[in-house]
Order: sequence, then structure tokens, then C-alpha cells
Amino acid sequence: MANPFNFFGGFKLTFLHIGRPSVTSSYPKEKRPKQPRQHGRHVLNRYEDGMEKCIGCELCAGVCPANCIYVRGLDNPMDHPVSPGERYGYIYEINYLRCIHCDLCVEACPTEAITESKMFEFSFTNRSDAIYTKAELVVDDMGEPKRLPWEDWRAGESAMTGGWMRATAPAGNAEYEGITQWSGDLGVGVRAAEGGQSENRDDAATGSKQLRDAFTSHLEPEDVPLNRRGIAGVITKLEASKVGHLVRKVRA
Amino acid sequence: MSHLILAAGDPLYVFGVNLAVFIIAALKVLVAFGALMGCVTLMIWFERKVISDMQSRIGPNRWGPFGLLQTLADGIKLFFKEDLIPAQADRFTFKLAPYLALIPALITFSIVPVGGTVTVAHHTFLLQVADPPIGILLLLAMSGLSVYGVILAGWSSGSKYPLISSVRASAQMISYEAALGMTVVTVVLATGSLSTHDIVTSQAHGVWHWNLIRLGIVPFVLFLISITAELNRPPFDVVEAESELVGGFHTEYSSIRFALFFLAEFMNTITMSAVMVTLFFGGPAGYVPNIPHIQWVFPILWFLGKTTLFCFAYVWFRAALPRFRYDQLMDLGWKRLIPLSLAWMLLVAGFIISPAWGFALAALSLVASTFLTRAFDIGLNREAGPDSVLPTVGERPLPPYILRKLTDGDDQ
Repeated sequence: MANPFNFFGGFKLTFLHIGRPSVTSSYPKEKRPKQPRQHGRHVLNRYEDGMEKCIGCELCAGVCPANCIYVRGLDNPMDHPVSPGERYGYIYEINYLRCIHCDLCVEACPTEAITESKMFEFSFTNRSDAIYTKAELVVDDMGEPKRLPWEDWRAGESAMTGGWMRATAPAGNAEYEGITQWSGDLGVGVRAAEGGQSENRDDAATGSKQLRDAFTSHLEPEDVPLNRRGIAGVITKLEASKVGHLVRKVRA
Repeated sequence: MSHLILAAGDPLYVFGVNLAVFIIAALKVLVAFGALMGCVTLMIWFERKVISDMQSRIGPNRWGPFGLLQTLADGIKLFFKEDLIPAQADRFTFKLAPYLALIPALITFSIVPVGGTVTVAHHTFLLQVADPPIGILLLLAMSGLSVYGVILAGWSSGSKYPLISSVRASAQMISYEAALGMTVVTVVLATGSLSTHDIVTSQAHGVWHWNLIRLGIVPFVLFLISITAELNRPPFDVVEAESELVGGFHTEYSSIRFALFFLAEFMNTITMSAVMVTLFFGGPAGYVPNIPHIQWVFPILWFLGKTTLFCFAYVWFRAALPRFRYDQLMDLGWKRLIPLSLAWMLLVAGFIISPAWGFALAALSLVASTFLTRAFDIGLNREAGPDSVLPTVGERPLPPYILRKLTDGDDQ
């Protein structure tokens, strides 16, 4: 026999929801925080001295399941080389009408030249705009992605990029967790390693802010992070600390 | 003589009907109509906004401050849409039905007392469009009529979902009209008058005189449930159940006719909230501070506040309660609401005569309800009886043709 007073549970729940913030975001006006490994529009990175990272090896083009990348390599000019080493990407084109943002190119790249930013809101209006060339893809002298008129860049979307590159760099081996295995980027320096299963990750440096932090009011009570629980959270934290027995005594 | 009958209700007609009286009466109609239309647009906005709050959404926020003009925008949009009439439709009835849905909603509001009395240019009149001696019977008549809009719309569409919807509407109407009528009779018994003005004035002396308290809470709850069913609002919206009947009776409607149905539905919601306030919550009764010249405003504010509360309650029902299954709807109407409202009506009638009668009828109701419960029980468990051809509910065996299939491998 069900508890007849449960009948009013639905009324209580819906009424309490009036005061809670809405889950819907006013999208074009404001964007939700993006996931740290978001697959967005590509950028071609440069070393901290300004040299391009791409060596024109065409591995990205080879691995691309959508056949959207076209690369031609060329020997570096002796007097002013574009990239360190023998060859550089002479032509680099991505057709965004075909790209599926799988990031296999990012995994394949041996020099971390191609990574993805977090910006996916780019609505070009003709086919030629859909083909991004080196002029659009290579980062500028500050290390920032070039911003095209039809792209909707917001603050933070060009920061903390390359999450998928950093996530896949240790080849899934947990022993490499927290160890950087990539070169520095122009304007950014060496990007911090993303944490894995262990708790010693630096969320601020890697941009791994959890989405659920933004929606605490819609979580079950036990899932709410401690620092969002107010006084109850402080008490729980204190109970777990060294003076916990004192706190428990006071509460009792 | 006729003006004496009229004067029994509204003091406006005490000195007969002349031009000024006619103008005031016409103005009352106009103001009521305009205010109701304005309230409907607000109500649609209110419902959408509150339910989106309850579902953690934002709701309309594009047109005007807080999306207040959204209804207007929707109205304009619908007005300019193509008006389709299905080939199978009965054209005349199809065009007529939206108005049949709308007009009862408008008329019902005319008997609702919005405030006390006002004196303008030596003419004292009630703040209600009309106070006919039949009063609250008009409510029952109009709620009976309003279902014609739904039935005829469904029938004339020449399509099966609307037809199912209209059949459901008529069945639902019959089931809940009885309980509705009997709770209204309870109120009328306590008041001794059918006039809505008298019903309100009899409750004017404080909260303890409100019919809500005076009659016990039960008639109010019964009225609330059955009026929600009459309105076809959730959780009784089997008539326009989107998940079952596409849109129900208005599936085939488009353009301004479609808008008229929604206008009628929301107007009914407001009107029924107002009627509920009139019958059980003292209408405009409430604390009036002693401020000269604007004292007549406070009853109106009380009335509006109480009505808004019920408008909110309807939205709340919609957010909190899932739709009834059709058989559950019928069960609730026939097996619970009607016997209960009947018993309570007898109880109230008995106690009005004398306590002895009251207790006698209470005992009678208890005995009757025992028999009724037993009867329902037998009806429910009939298929479990020893000489029944139907299988037992608990250990229902497989149907014979499947049993044969499993045992013989012969699908005879």
C-alpha cells in the first residue's frame, strides 16, 4: 500500500522548483561552460619561438575518416625555415562541410601541430568559406586562433584548448598521468597535464571544471559538492578533519 | 413589475430602466469583456511562465518585459495563418464550434461578483455584470453548454481522433456534472438563495463564515476536482490528450479558430477560478482598511488575489499530476465523487433542519457507503468468483489458444 501522503510529493517538488535556477541557458546570449575535451574548430599550433609545428607528414589526412583534410608538404627554405626540421606543411586545408570533429587527426599528429579549440559555432554561408586554409588555421603571433567574421568566439573558448591532445598523449597508460609529453605552444607555454582518475589534477590549469558544478541545485543532496552545501558542507568537512570528534560532540 | 424583479438583485434597477441605467449596464458588460480578454492574455502568459519555472525552464521571454506580450504575438501569428477546413468536415458546424466554446465561457463570468457596490452619478450598482435570480444555475447551464463546442468541433472535423475526443468529452461532462451540481446545491442550501450576490454577502462576516469552512472542506474539494474535470484541464485532460489523440478535438483546427479554442479554455479557467472564489471563499470579502474614497477598490483586490491563487493552483495541477487513465477518470467520477457529494449534501441539509436529522442522515450515509463499498468490491472481484467463467486475477492462466500452442505445438 502506497503512502497516501506521497500524493502531495509531486506538488511539493514542483513548488520548490519555482525558486530554483532554470536549467535552460539563454543560449545565443550566454554559452554554457564547455567540456575540457570539447572538439571544436581546429587550430594549427606554433612553437614558442614562432615556428610552425606542422611538418607536412599527412598523417592527419591519412587518418581522416571523412577525407576532409588536404595536406601537401614541402622542403623548408634554407634561408628562412617555416618549421624546425626538414619539411613543413605547404598547403593545409580542412573542409568543414565534411569534418565530423572526431579528432583522429589530433591523435595522429606526431608534433601536436593540429589541435581543436572549443569553438564550434561557425556558420559560414557559402562553400568556399567552409574550406579553411593555413591562413585561417594557423594561430596568430599571440598564439590566439584567427577569428573569422562568421565565428562566435567567447571568452575562454580559445584558452585551455587541446584537451583531447593532452588526454590522448599518454596513450591511455595510467602511469603517465600528470606527466606532460608535449611541446610548448606560442603564447601559452607548455600546457598542464590533464588528470585522470586520481584526485591530484589541477582543474584550474586544465580547464576541467565539472559541468555539474554549474547545476548543483538540480542534483541529489548527496551528489552536491561539499563547497556548495553551505553550512552543512562546512560541518561535513570539519567532521572529516582532525577536529571531527569535537564537532560531533558539539552537534550531539 | 419587471423592474421590481430586476431590483431584487441589482440596486441599479430600483428606479426602473432609463438611459443612464442602460449606459451603466452596457459599460459594465464592456468593461467585464475587456478585462476578461486582458486577463486571458495574462493567464496564458502566467501559465506558461509558472509551469516553466516548475520545470526549471525559462518560458516565454522574447516579447515585451518578461515575455508579457508573447500571447499577443501568438495571437497575431495565428490570425495570419492559413485557415484550413478538412474535406470531410461539416463546414457549418466546423466553423460554428469555436464560438460555441467561447460564448458560454463569457456568459458564465457575468454572474461573478467582482466587488461590492459602487455609486457613480447617484446610481448605485453592483460590480457584477448581472445578478439574475437564477444566479448559480446559470453556471451549471453554461458548463453544460460549453461541452457542445468540444463535441461539435470533434464531430464536425471528420477525423477519428477529434471524434474520440468529443465522445470522451461528453462522457466526462456527464460524469462530473452530477458531482458539480450537488456541491453547488450544498452551497445553495447553506445560503438559501441562488443569487451569487446573496451567496457572497452571506459569507461576508469573516473567514469562519466562508462556505469553505462552514460546509466542511469536502464540498470545496469535490467542487475543485469536478470543475477541473469540467474544464478538461490536467490531470483530467483526456479530451485533448496529446500523447493519445494528437490534439484531441482541435486537431483539425488552425488559424484563428484554433486560437478561439484556447481563448475559451483559458477564459473558462479564469471564470471557474472566480466561481470557486465566489462559492467557497467569500468572493470579494476580506479586510477593508478605512481609507475614504477608494474603499471600493479593496474588495476587487481581494477578489483578484483569490482568483489568481486558483489560477495558480490549476497550473500547479498541470505541473504536478500525470493524466488520469480513462477508466480511472470514470471510477473517480462515478464511484467516489458522486456518492460523496450526495452524502455530504444530505448531511448539510439534515444539519440545517436540526442536529437530530443531521446525525440520522450521517448514519444513513455511513450505512449506504458501506453497502456501496461492498458493491464496488463485488464488482471488482466478480471475475474471481467460483462459478465465473473468467480466470482469477492473481493467478491468471494463459489464454487457451496460447496454452494449446505451448502444449501441443498445434495452433488450432
